[in-house]
This record gives sequence, C-alpha cells and structure tokens, in this order.
Amino acid sequence: MSTIAISEHRSNAPADPELMAAPPMIEVRDLITHYGTREILHGINLSVRQGEIMVIMGGSGSGKSTLLNALLGLLRPTSGTIRLLGQDLNAISDVERTKLRQKMGVAFQGGALFSSLNVLENIMLPLREHTKLDRNTMRIMARMKMQVVSLSGFENLMPAELSGGMIKRAALARAIVMDPRILFCDEPSAGLDPVVSSAIDELILNLRDAMGMSIVVVTHELESAFKIADRICVLDKGHILTVGTVEEVRNSANERIQNLLNRRTEAEVLDPDEYLRRLTGMQQ
Amino acid sequence: MLARVGDQMERMGRATAAGMAEFGLGAVLLAQCIYWVAVGHRRAQPVRLDAAFARCMEVGILAIPIVTLMALTIGIMLAIQGIYSLRVFGAEEQVVLGVGMSVVREFGPLITGILVAGRTGSSLAARIGTMRISQEIDALSVMGINPVRFIVAPALIAMMIMVPTLTFWSSIVMLAGSGWYISVDLGMSWAAYIERLTEIIKFGDVLHGLGKSLLFGVLITLVGVINGTLVSGGAEGVGKMTTRSVVISICAIIVTDMVFAFIATRS
Ligand SMILES: Nc1ncnc2c1ncn2[C@@H]1O[C@H](COP(=O)(O)OP(=O)(O)OP(=O)(O)O)[C@@H](O)[C@H]1O
Ligand SMILES: [Mg+2]
Repeated sequence: MSTIAISEHRSNAPADPELMAAPPMIEVRDLITHYGTREILHGINLSVRQGEIMVIMGGSGSGKSTLLNALLGLLRPTSGTIRLLGQDLNAISDVERTKLRQKMGVAFQGGALFSSLNVLENIMLPLREHTKLDRNTMRIMARMKMQVVSLSGFENLMPAELSGGMIKRAALARAIVMDPRILFCDEPSAGLDPVVSSAIDELILNLRDAMGMSIVVVTHELESAFKIADRICVLDKGHILTVGTVEEVRNSANERIQNLLNRRTEAEVLDPDEYLRRLTGMQQ
Repeated sequence: MLARVGDQMERMGRATAAGMAEFGLGAVLLAQCIYWVAVGHRRAQPVRLDAAFARCMEVGILAIPIVTLMALTIGIMLAIQGIYSLRVFGAEEQVVLGVGMSVVREFGPLITGILVAGRTGSSLAARIGTMRISQEIDALSVMGINPVRFIVAPALIAMMIMVPTLTFWSSIVMLAGSGWYISVDLGMSWAAYIERLTEIIKFGDVLHGLGKSLLFGVLITLVGVINGTLVSGGAEGVGKMTTRSVVISICAIIVTDMVFAFIATRS
C-alpha cells in the first residue's frame, strides 16, 4: 500500500489524500463546442487538481485551442459545464465572472501584449484595473514579476522591440502578476531556442512549487511536456484519447497516441517571429 | 431564369440580413458604451478619462493641420463658384448668403466628418482588428477588463468631443477662406463681410451643424469599431476591413446628412 503511494508520488501526481478529496480547480463535464454547425469538441471530460500541471497535447486541428478558449470563457460551449474554482463559468453573472478572472492568468501564444504600452505598463495593467494600490507599489510588484521571468532592465521597451522569447516571458509575467490560482499557457516554449525554452519550463515548475498554482499548458513540444507535466491530456479530433501521467502516456499501447507522439517530433510549430511579422506587416 | 432570379433574391436577402445584423451590433455597442460610462464606477470598472483625453489628442489635435488646409481650400473654392454663378444674375454681393449658410450647415460638418472618417475611423478599425488577431482583445477579456469599457468608450467620448470641435474650427477657417477671396475679388471689406455673416447665420444654424457633426462622430466610431471586430484572417483581413470601414462611414455620413437636410428644411 505504502509503496504504491510512494511510486505515485514519484510520478508527480499529487497523492496526498487531502488534495485528492479537495474539489478540482478545473472541472470540465461533457463539453461540446461548435464553430458554426461543425462540432469541434465531442464531449470532453477533464479535471485539474490544485497544484497540478496539466499538459494538453494533440495534433494540429485536434481542438487544443478550442478547448483552451472554452476554458477561458472566450467560446461559449453548446453543452456541458466548465467549473473553475467551483464556479460554473457560463452560469455566473458578469460581476462574478470578472472576479473569477482576477484569479486566473493567461499567457497567450503570441503574447498578446498591448502594443501601445511598454513592458512594465503591460504587466501593471491588471493591477491598475483591479486593485487600488498606489502607483509605486504596483510598479514594485510588476518589477518583482519581471525579475521572476528574468526580464529586469527591459521595463521601458515597447512590445515591438522584444524578441520572441522576451514576449513570451513578459506575457507570463503579466499572467502571474495578480498571483492567480490557475494559470493557462498556450505554447509557452514553441519556437524558442532550447535554453530559453527550458528556462520557461523551469519557471512553470517553480510557479507551481512556490505558489501552488494549477497550471494548464498547451504545447507541441514533447520534451517540454514530459518535463513539466503531472498529467498529460492527449486530444485527437475533438476526443480525449487519454489522460495520464507522463509514464502512462509514453508507454501507452494506443497506436494513435504513439503515432501522434512520433509525428509530433517532426511537425513544424508556429514560429513567433513569423507571427509577429504578420502582425506588424499591416502597419506599412 | 426564375431560379436565377430566386438565387439573386436570396443573395440580396442574405446581404440585407447581414447588414441589419451589423446595424444591430452598432446599437448594442452604443448601449454598452453608455452603460459603462453610467455604471462603470459602481462596478469598479470606470471608463478612464485619461484614455479618452489621449484619444482626443490623436483624433482632434493631430488632425488640425489637415482640417485647416482642407477647410481653407474649400472656403476659397466656394467663394469662386458662388461669385461665378451669381454673376449670371448680377448678384455677386449675395455670395455671402450662400457661403455663410452652406458652410455652417453643410460643408463644415461634412468635410470634417469625411476627413475624420478617413483618418480616425480607419485607424480605429485597424487598431481593433490588429488587437483582435493578436488576441489582445481576448487578453483583455480574460483579465476581467471589458474591452468596450476599456477601448470603445474612451474612443467614443473623444470623438463626441473632438468632431464637433473640429467642425467648429473648420467652419471658421472656411468662412475666413471665402472672406479672403471675396475681399480680393469683390473688394468687400472684412468688416462688411463679417457683419453680413452675423446677419445671415443664426444660432440655430450653428447648432444644426454641430449637432450633425456629433452624430457623425458617433457613426464613424461605431462603424470603425464594428469593422475592426469583424476582422478575420491576419494582415490582409485588417486591410480589407479598414477600407470597408472608411467606405461605410463616409456613406453613412452622407446619407445622414441628406436626411438631416431634408428634415431641417421641412420644419
Ligand atoms: N474560428 C474558427 N472558425 C471555424 N472553425 C474553427 C475556428 N477555429 C478553429 N476551427 C476549427 O476547429 C478545429 C480545431 O481547431 P483548433 O484551433 O482548436 O486546433 P488546435 O488543436 O489548436 O490546432 P493547432 O495545433 O494547429 O493550433 C479545426 O478543425 C479548425 O478548422
Ligand atoms: Mg491552436
């Protein structure tokens, strides 16, 4: 009995019975979403516990972004429920949703930094809008988060002057500035060089360990997924193929999963520089 | 044959429905702006006045040079045309009547509206479209910051202040342009010109022009924002919707102007 508990602990899954009993931070039940008349997600069930890092993987077009958008409340599901911190995202009032959203942080794939604000102002924005702190305190708090993502000294740069990796780190800093309970990261390390990419992985692990955040990461990068995940959720064509620990997924006998894992390693990922070029192109 | 007519009817019907939907979107957007201005404070989500002032700067102050230049040119052009056509009746002196009325009631608001539509309406559509595809709007939403409150309401306030202000300025510049040409061509003194103007232009005319320009400001903002939010498909999509925004807002301005003129001359 005890050996089982220990081995479970080794594989990162929180085996603490108290945690297991606690209500999940994220709970998705029978989620179905449509774009127009096309059904994209066909009944997703998923739960993420306190302090857990859940990695969502899957081929291109498998519905990862769609699932993330639904979790963020950006896409209304056709049916099914999404509970964040015990609250039904689509049933609560606007005021409650605004409050709920202050307890979650999101780092978007392209960063989504506000191009008219510099890095420090970007990171300070949630504080400015949701707290009554004075400007100096806000500045200090934002600087602390910049330190966490090793961006100190770049406070006054505009987003257009940042490299791809710096944008992702700034976006991460903005996502955690309110010390959220849940953190969502869309492709946090895609297209970055291995050093930066592994630094971001470390950062995510540290955030979980230091603040006990629950973290949902969408990623293409197998290596990074295996490094940070407590559990991996494999999506395929809008269905969940499996949810399991790194070991379970790696050793899965399921042919589709194996195909996916092997194919993924060769697949091209969206290069953030190219993404930026597309964005800036329209200004000319 | 009948099938083709039916086809076309259907296409027209669908386009009309889409147009109506956009119209509805505009009404909803306006209502939301008013809502946030009214109750934003109570929900700890105030519409930021500093943001509105920053927009005022961009919408209004930076537009002054081009508005002034255009207004001056059009003022002179109006005087030239007026004198030329009135000479047929030997009534050149009456040019002040035509110029004074038409500038304050029509040309001031119209020219300013069109310039602002080209300058600010397009940049609004491009800005919001870009923010949409770069997920900045999504980022605002998930931070619990309402995008209408944060972006649209300040822009709308700025336009409602600055378009009438610019209109007032451009009307004065137009009248000055006309006055300059009239004094040169007809030898009318500035004092006589201004006296004639004050006789002709009633307070109601000024109000008519400014009221109209307020409406133009609202129209330009709503059209720009809606086209921005309808952007899809990267940079090209932004370009397309920016163009569309300018075309639609200019059309809206001209149609509104015509309706206004009709109603005002009836009553
Ligand atoms: N805005 C949209 N309108 C219509 N269909 C969409 C839209 N966005 C995504 N889809 C469709 O939904 C399906 C899932 O897309 P989604 O973006 O969730 O995939 P993904 O797993 O994130 O892929 P990728 O790894 O390439 O980002 C795709 O088949 C796509 O065609
Ligand atoms: Mg995606």
